[in-house]
Amino acid sequence: MDYVKLINCMRCGMCLPHCPTYKETFLETASPRGRVALVRKLQEGELVESEKFLEYVSLCLDCQACASACPCGVNAGELVAEFRCESKKEKGLSMMEDLVLRKLVPHPDRLEAATAPLRLYQKTGLQQVVRSLGLLKLFPEALGRMKGLLPKLPDAPLRQTISEVTPAAGKEKGTAGFFLGCVMSLIFSEASLATVQLLSTLGYRVVTPKAQKCCGAPNMLGHDLDGLKEAASFNTDLFDSFDLDFVVTDCGGCGAELKKYGQHLDGERKAVDFSASVRDISEVLFAESEALAAKLRPLPLKVTYHDPCHIAHCQGIRSQPRALIKLIPGIDFRELPEADACCGSAGTYNIEKPEMADRVLSRKVQNVQKTGAEYLVTSNPGCLLQLKKALSEAEPQVRVIHLTELLQMSMNA
Amino acid sequence: MENSFIKALAGIVGAPNTLIDPESLACYGYDSTPELQSRPGAVLLPGSAEEISKVMALCHEAGVRVTPRGSGTNLSGGSISFDAGVVLQTSRLNRILEIDEENLTATVETGVITSALHREVEAKGLFYPPDPGSMNISTMGGNVAENSGGLRGLKYGVTDDYVMGLKTVLADGDLLKTGGKVVKDVAGYNLNQLLVSSEGTLGIFTEITVKLIPKPVAKKTMLVHFPQLEQAALTVSHIIAARIIPATLEFLDRVTIKCVEDYAHVGLPLDVDAVLLIEVDGHPAQVEEDAAGIRQICERHHCSFFQTAAGPEEALKLATARRVALSALARMRPTTILEDATVPRSCIAPMVKLIQDTARKYDLLIGTFGHAGDGNLHPTCLTDERNSDEIARAHQAFGEIFEATIAMGGTITGEHGVGVAKKKYLPKLVGESGLRVMRGIKGALDPKGILNPGKIFSLTSD
Ligand SMILES: Cc1cc2nc3c(=O)[nH]c(=O)nc-3n(C[C@H](O)[C@H](O)[C@H](O)COP(=O)(O)OP(=O)(O)OC[C@H]3O[C@@H](n4cnc5c(N)ncnc54)[C@H](O)[C@@H]3O)c2cc1C
Ligand code: SF4
Ligand code: SF4
Repeated sequence: MDYVKLINCMRCGMCLPHCPTYKETFLETASPRGRVALVRKLQEGELVESEKFLEYVSLCLDCQACASACPCGVNAGELVAEFRCESKKEKGLSMMEDLVLRKLVPHPDRLEAATAPLRLYQKTGLQQVVRSLGLLKLFPEALGRMKGLLPKLPDAPLRQTISEVTPAAGKEKGTAGFFLGCVMSLIFSEASLATVQLLSTLGYRVVTPKAQKCCGAPNMLGHDLDGLKEAASFNTDLFDSFDLDFVVTDCGGCGAELKKYGQHLDGERKAVDFSASVRDISEVLFAESEALAAKLRPLPLKVTYHDPCHIAHCQGIRSQPRALIKLIPGIDFRELPEADACCGSAGTYNIEKPEMADRVLSRKVQNVQKTGAEYLVTSNPGCLLQLKKALSEAEPQVRVIHLTELLQMSMNA
Repeated sequence: MENSFIKALAGIVGAPNTLIDPESLACYGYDSTPELQSRPGAVLLPGSAEEISKVMALCHEAGVRVTPRGSGTNLSGGSISFDAGVVLQTSRLNRILEIDEENLTATVETGVITSALHREVEAKGLFYPPDPGSMNISTMGGNVAENSGGLRGLKYGVTDDYVMGLKTVLADGDLLKTGGKVVKDVAGYNLNQLLVSSEGTLGIFTEITVKLIPKPVAKKTMLVHFPQLEQAALTVSHIIAARIIPATLEFLDRVTIKCVEDYAHVGLPLDVDAVLLIEVDGHPAQVEEDAAGIRQICERHHCSFFQTAAGPEEALKLATARRVALSALARMRPTTILEDATVPRSCIAPMVKLIQDTARKYDLLIGTFGHAGDGNLHPTCLTDERNSDEIARAHQAFGEIFEATIAMGGTITGEHGVGVAKKKYLPKLVGESGLRVMRGIKGALDPKGILNPGKIFSLTSD
């Protein structure tokens, strides 16, 4: 790791109040400043990679709230991730990590095949039986958590059912390439359909290349840099083969990754251009505010918004989603306290660090309760999964939906 | 530190709140002060005043040294234990106990974050003015111990002006209550004020009662460019001479302006010597009148640009340059040394000139910004801790800057405290008798010298 990235930290502490794990513990070792110090001292030979050391650094959510707050441009979350990546490269992945993060998740076809039994299991009503018998509890804790997270799956992944080209409704303004995230396709297909409908209504022809691969974020989590580069160059070439005005995604995690392709491929021209053409759906819709407003009808709902880390901290997008919600006539928008604090879903964190994930999540739920909102809007599948589950337990009357679903609701109202 | 002693400490605060693993000790070996670090022997996170009192009684008996710590954001090494003693972090004492709207006071535990108090009182239409740049993370206890100032200091004063009462654990574990909610109090020595800015050397605060004032109803923000430094400095003096006291009167020098523009592209011209950010607040009519007066004075001193914010959003925009000053500077080089030399207002221009000349002489990059209204400047040296030669030159330069500050009738620190970082300059400032009195006070309250020893001054003259 580049030593200068570590000494750039001037230990000012500005990041501390933004770090979810520090707010829960008040421990310097669980703060961004402390994590940078730990990794630095390891490099300087003042600390060794003890079990405790790994425990401290692995408590980091990699939510990057610290990076948004740091005056010096230090990204503690990324530094910790980089360290863990290097350390894992030496030690190797656990079998489970290897299977899930390298062999399964980055390959849409395999992932779809693997989740098919789940869909069947939900469809046949087995779900009810398994749940009521408490069989889930018999699974090892981790697997139980994973299953408990899954909402009802759509009948088929959207990637299989959507047509490659959706024409513009009315006069065509341009062509958007739609990067359909794996989890969006598998689980939140309705939200992605809403995304396509919104784009088409606003006059865009939407191209959803069927051959697209996973964005590569799981490869990064699985410390598989080669896999990441492969995905980046494949997707760059694929989208480049269509004549597109821009590339849009409704998955915060994918967006953050796609915008880094240029960096991943060491500044290669094509990848840099691709990254520059990537927009989060909220950026596109915000630029079309006027046209969109004309199509929205009143929705008298109390709504709040949770900032996904991958949207607010990684892409710096905060005002656009709020402005879009407020475009809807009659909406009662209520700002969520600590709106940009991580909900605790963060990749596989939920499974690896259940106790901290629960603490961070219950703080989020309490904040949602304070707003009195009926709808919690967000725009990242990880957050949707995590928040849907938590609120269905704590506050079942609050519905959790994607930003594009809310806008579609208003359009069809 | 012996095992049995650590066990006894853990018996008081609980095992999870007693840290002795090397990772924790390493992380509690620093604060925001550049270059300084030293691992403590143990870190404690007590949960109540009673626990702190018991810890102190135990440490007193054993002669173990204790360094209080809030969030560890001070810039003078004050919260570092240099002799492997106990670091006692107060963050678990974080309740706002009362906001008394009849007496206009707030009572908080020591670990309450400054901006959390702001939010709470402002929701009730009240105002707690001290707003250090670190307010989103600094603790109230740290603010009192350092007598912290902030952007609103010119009109509203510093932490000291608001402390009405304290509950303090003394070195031997005894509890001391000073002051309270009464506005007037002449019963005995003014111990409150003695304890403010004691940097953790006289006692550990557990509870703090502060004065609140009504929130000003109106505010106006102005941004002004000056091609010439002297004119900006004269403007500052003439505004005050015209009996206008802005809430904020902040200054950026040429180096800072360039860094801010490179970083944030806010549209600052690169050919001006100084930028002033001015904010007036109070009654709407008064605010209008003050703003008009300020405009006249600025124009008389040949400002090249004067902008008044139309609303709160634009005000925020105008304030951006000042808000991002530190970030913009800190990104230039790996190591940032932030100082706070303070001179009488009338000496701002010569002081800034001197800093710039000194930077040139020692071939350093120093940007200066700060609270021009109260003469409190932050010359910020951008360097690289790996370059020992440059670091040595930086220390030489600051040595000269502090000498000049004292010669101008100023002080070596306006708000960051002495700690260990500025200890060597203190004798020059306060003289032998000053030191003798301070040592006498320290000896009376902490005869064994276990509370944050070696901070501000050495216990013995050497
Ligand atoms: C980016 C940045 C900007 C800053 N801006 C300003 C500014 O504008 N104005 C300003 O004045 N300062 C500023 N500071 C300095 C610093 O934030 C203040 O001194 C602040 O008050 C320290 O609070 P803390 O909770 O971090 O205390 P710490 O740093 O933890 O402790 C400071 C001192 O107080 C003592 N102490 C802490 N708690 C207690 C207690 N309960 N009882 C007794 N002693 C105690 C410690 O022993 C230590 O000596 C800034 C610092 C940074 C990094
Ligand atoms: S990571 Fe950034 S914000 Fe946090 S202490 Fe270091 S420099 Fe300050
Ligand atoms: S990435 Fe998130 S959890 Fe990790 S240090 Fe930064 S703010 Fe804390």
